Amino acid sequence: MTTTEPTTNPSLPVLENFSRRAAVKAGFATLGAGAFAAAISPLRQAAKNTSAAEFMQTHYTELSPEQKADVLARLETETKEKYNAEVTIADDRPIPGTKFVYAINLSVCNGNGKCVEACHKENNHDRDTNQSYIRVIEMPKGTMDMEQGSTTYSGAVPKDDKFYLPVQCQQCDEPPCVDVCPVKATWKEEDGIVVVDYNWCIGCRYCEAACPYHARRFNWKKPEVPAKELNPDQSYLSNRIRPVGVVEKCTYCLHRTRRGKLPACLEACPTGARVFGNILDPNSNIRWILEHKRVYILKEELGTKPAFFYYFD
Amino acid sequence: MLRVANLLFAGVVCLAVAMIFVVVNRSGQRDDSRITHDALAEHDVVAKVAPIDSQADGTGQEFQPGSDAPRVSTTSATQHPIIIRKPSGPPRIELAGTDPQGRIGSVACSTCHHVRKPNLENKSPATLDEFHQGMTFNHGSIACYACHNPADSDALRLADGTKVAYENVMTLCSQCHGKQAESFAHGAHGGMNGHWDLTRGPQMKNNCIDCHDPHAPSYPKMIVGFKPKDRFNGPLSDDHHHEGAESHDDH
Repeated sequence: MTTTEPTTNPSLPVLENFSRRAAVKAGFATLGAGAFAAAISPLRQAAKNTSAAEFMQTHYTELSPEQKADVLARLETETKEKYNAEVTIADDRPIPGTKFVYAINLSVCNGNGKCVEACHKENNHDRDTNQSYIRVIEMPKGTMDMEQGSTTYSGAVPKDDKFYLPVQCQQCDEPPCVDVCPVKATWKEEDGIVVVDYNWCIGCRYCEAACPYHARRFNWKKPEVPAKELNPDQSYLSNRIRPVGVVEKCTYCLHRTRRGKLPACLEACPTGARVFGNILDPNSNIRWILEHKRVYILKEELGTKPAFFYYFD
Repeated sequence: MLRVANLLFAGVVCLAVAMIFVVVNRSGQRDDSRITHDALAEHDVVAKVAPIDSQADGTGQEFQPGSDAPRVSTTSATQHPIIIRKPSGPPRIELAGTDPQGRIGSVACSTCHHVRKPNLENKSPATLDEFHQGMTFNHGSIACYACHNPADSDALRLADGTKVAYENVMTLCSQCHGKQAESFAHGAHGGMNGHWDLTRGPQMKNNCIDCHDPHAPSYPKMIVGFKPKDRFNGPLSDDHHHEGAESHDDH
C-alpha cells in the first residue's frame, strides 16, 4: 500500500504492488465481510414491528411443550394488545383414529351464502373485505365446469336454471399446495386437514397458485376485526388472527371439529345441505352417503384426491 | 503496517470460520426444528397425555376437560344422544278479538272442531265457508283429513287411521317421504347443530316442519345477503351494470 511509485510495466498496476499474501488477505477479507453481511441480514427485518420472541419463532423455532405454551401465551398477549380482546389460543391436535370428510348435497344447496358468512365470523376474517374460505359458485345446470360459474350472483335464490356449488378447501390427500411450499409452512395432518403455520409462512403465494380450487387466501393487509366481534375461541393452526402477508385456508374449523363439534359452515346452513364426519367410522353419516348417493369429486382428473364430496339425491 | 495487516488477516479468517460454523450449526438446527415441526403430531400422538396436558396447564385452556386423556378412556362409555327437535304440541288458534278483560287468548282446534262435522272431501281453503280461508295450500292434491284426524282434532292420523300426536309429526311425513326420512336418519337431509362426535357431546337436529311448512312444504326462495369482495371481481355495482346491459342486448 505504501509503494505507490509509478512503474513502466503496463500490466495490472494495482495488483502488481501487492504481495501474494496481501492479495489473499484482501480476498478473504472481502469474503468474510460478505458472509457476515449475509448472515446478519435477517436482523434488518427483525427491528421492524416484531418482538424478539416473534423473530425467534420465525427463524429458530423450537417446540418443546413448555415453549409451545409460551408461544401461545405470547400470541394471546399480542392479540390483546393489537385487538383489545381477550382470546384463548389452543393447540388442538388431531384426534387419533379420525379422518375428516365433508359432503355437500347439491340437490338441496340453494346458494343463500349463510355458510360464507358463518365462516367469515367464525374464522376472524377481515371485516372490510368480507373475506371467507368459502365461495359459492352459481352454475348453469348440466355442467360441472367451474369456468362457467359465477360467484357474484345476487338476489333471490335458487334460480330455476342454476345450481349452486360451494367450494372451499378440499383437504386433498395429494395436496399440490403442500408440494410447492418452499419452506414447508403448510402440511397435511393425521386427520386429513391441511394446515398452515402462519408464523412460518413467508407469503410467497406458491400454494395459492398451485391450488386448483382457489381455496387459499392471501392476507394483503392486517385483518381488521372489532374487539366485540372477535371469536375468542381460537387455535394456533386455525382461526387465530393471521398476520399480514401470509396465506390462510379452511381448516374444517379444526378448533371446533377436533373438540368434537361440527364446523361453523355446517351449523349455519339453513338447508341442511352440508354433512361432516369421520370417514374411518363405518357408522358415520358420511360413510352412508358415500355408499348410497351419487357422489362427485371436483376436478377428479387432477388426481388431488379430495376429502370433500358433492352428492345428489 | 505488516503487523496490522496480519492482525486484520487473522481477524478475517476467524470471522470466516465463525460464519461457517454458525451457518452449518444453524442449518442443522433448522433441519431439526423442521423435523420436529412436521412430526409434531406424531410426537403428540405418541406421547399423548403429557404434552397436551402440560400445555393446557400452561395456557389455561378451557378445552382441557375435553382433551384426549379422558375421552380415550370413555370412548364407548358415554354416548351423547341425538336430540331431534319436536313441536311443542297441537297448534293453538290465536283469537282475533280480546276477552272482556282485554286479554288475548288462544283456543285448541277441538274447541270448534269438536262440534263441527268433518268434511273428508275438502282439499282447499277456497271451499271452506268460514275459518282457515287465508291459508296457502300447496302440498300435492291431498285432503285436509289425509293428515288431520277427524276423530280427534288435536292430533294427526296416519293413512291406516292410527292416531299420531302432533309431536310425532315426522312419523306422519315419513309415510310418503320415505326417501327423505331415510336420508334424515343418516344425517343426509335436514340441518343439525352440536357435535359430530357423540362421545363428546350431543347433536341437535331439526324436524320436518322446522324447515318445511306442512301446508306448502317446498323450501322458500332466499335472498343472498353476504358476499365476499374479491379483488379480481371488481365492485359488485359494475357487475349489476353489466348484467343490465346484457339483458338490454337480449331485448
